[in-house]
Amino acid sequence: MQNSELIKLQDLVKTYPMGAGKIVALNRINITFKYGEFTGIVGPSGSGKTTLLNVVGSLDKPSEGSAMVMDYHIESLSHKEAADLRNRYLGFIFQTFNLLSVYTVFENIEFPLLLLKMSKEEREKRVWEALEWVHLTDKVKSRPAQLSGGQSQRVAIARAIVKKPVLVLADEPTANLDAENSHNILKIMAALNKELKTTFIFSTHDEKVIEYLRRKITLVDGQVAKDEEIQNDNSPFGST
Amino acid sequence: MIIPHLAVRNILGAGLRTWLNVIVLSFAFVTIIWTQGFNEGLNAQASKAMIDAELGGGQYWHHNYDPYDQISLPDAHGPIPTLLQDYINNSKATAILITQATIYPNGRVYPIILKGIDPGQKVLQLPTRVLTGTETMLPVLIGERMAENAGLRMGDYVTIRWRDAHGTFDALDAQIVHVMKTTVQSIDNGQLWIPLDKMQNMTELRNKATLIVLGKETQPMAEIEDWVFKDLNYLLKDIRDLARTKTVGSSILYLILLFLAMLAIFDTQIFSIFRRRKEMGTLMALGMTRLKVIQLFTLEGTMHGILAALLATVYGFPLLAYFANNGMDLPQSMDSYGVALGEKLFPIYSAGLVSGTALLVLIVVTIVSFIPTRKIVKLNPTDALRGKMK
Repeated sequence: MQNSELIKLQDLVKTYPMGAGKIVALNRINITFKYGEFTGIVGPSGSGKTTLLNVVGSLDKPSEGSAMVMDYHIESLSHKEAADLRNRYLGFIFQTFNLLSVYTVFENIEFPLLLLKMSKEEREKRVWEALEWVHLTDKVKSRPAQLSGGQSQRVAIARAIVKKPVLVLADEPTANLDAENSHNILKIMAALNKELKTTFIFSTHDEKVIEYLRRKITLVDGQVAKDEEIQNDNSPFGST
Repeated sequence: MIIPHLAVRNILGAGLRTWLNVIVLSFAFVTIIWTQGFNEGLNAQASKAMIDAELGGGQYWHHNYDPYDQISLPDAHGPIPTLLQDYINNSKATAILITQATIYPNGRVYPIILKGIDPGQKVLQLPTRVLTGTETMLPVLIGERMAENAGLRMGDYVTIRWRDAHGTFDALDAQIVHVMKTTVQSIDNGQLWIPLDKMQNMTELRNKATLIVLGKETQPMAEIEDWVFKDLNYLLKDIRDLARTKTVGSSILYLILLFLAMLAIFDTQIFSIFRRRKEMGTLMALGMTRLKVIQLFTLEGTMHGILAALLATVYGFPLLAYFANNGMDLPQSMDSYGVALGEKLFPIYSAGLVSGTALLVLIVVTIVSFIPTRKIVKLNPTDALRGKMK
């Protein structure tokens, strides 16, 4: 599994209309991701990082080329099929956490399991397991407004990981966090990657994240400028 | 079952915002039902008063009688049929003779309808016993409104002029022996009641009547020559038409209330959809389909209606039950409403009215909840996640 292809992007182009013309957000991207990767997509603002994650996450469709995630061809998925892919196999972590404000921590984490129609017992077991991963067992009844930024992002991680997805897509997960919280979050994600073999793909321009990555893809103006394996002696994974 | 589960979580989680909506909606529920119950009570009370005091269990009309044609009135009487006379003798019916006349109260000319009725009758709830007067004096019974309009009081004498069966004018002084209080407007104004036998003699229409009122329990007979039976459906048609007209009027209030309720829901839904765009994007990112998001938001709106119905039951039921049992005091000015009213009105809140109104409001709330959610169909998850909506 570790060496087989999870995502294959071929000549991927994504454009957006802008007035009479269009903006090219992704320009002929060819990347392959394997199962179990812990990869960062870096680059300046507007380089196409978030767009790439949105396409891979089936939230958006390619304008040209193909994007295959597992056996799903993103370009030809219906809304329902895309929702099904996200529901069953993908987890999302957002820069602004995107927690559901009226729900408690427990309910936020439980939400993806409700969509999977899991039994109550199974849901409870999984939520508590996820809460332990992110060290938030004492906050189950809190609402998002009562949490700090670091705690909110840990809840978002727990929500993304609770269904044990194949792939977690994290869009600037540490952008709103201080250094200490950023390291804590990254350590948790790295540990989950190691323990659950979940593939993580980040978009980031945070230098702190880089030291945890095993692969770094640099995007500039919607194109892959560099794709490199990283030797990180300080990484929780050890030297690669 | 996930959608109802989430909808309950969302609206309970929204706290004060939910309850403000629910309270406003519940007011609309209670007021709509209260207004409709008021109308039902009004109709029922007016109909009952007319049955008790005027219509009985139906009436036999002389075939020439037309209450809306005063010109034909001199020909609208005939001998009381033997079969009906048996009913009258057994207090199962009472005969009424009607003619046009004029009174001259305080020097004024006042056209009236003169009605002769048996003072001992038990069919209609009228105080006709007071007409049992002396042979020499003509006792007269009038309604309060008639007394007020003509400036007459109990004990006053008034001159009555009428035409007899041959068309000859005749006149007599009569004494007001009683001013009755009645909620039936047609009896209350423009009518003078005198003993039937005296009126038959005065008009030389002996043993004749214009109409015969059956008791409430009396069954009508087969066809009687020259007489036409009018059942209560026919006799109450006017009051029911009037009630319907009043209902149309009160329906405006009904519609305004319904509109306010709809506005509250619509506003909440529109507000929710714009304010919760990011939440919708998140729900979609987590794997919810657009259809499910639409269902969720529609159900949330509808649940406001359901909660409002429950809340309305909690405080509305005792309130409406109190008025239904104790009635509502009506101000004097209500007399101008045009329908016979008592001092109190007892609203009627039938199960049909309550459940029908609740169902109607819920259907409207559901539709109004759904309409704004159609925008979600066009929602792009990536736009929603950025808080945008096209």
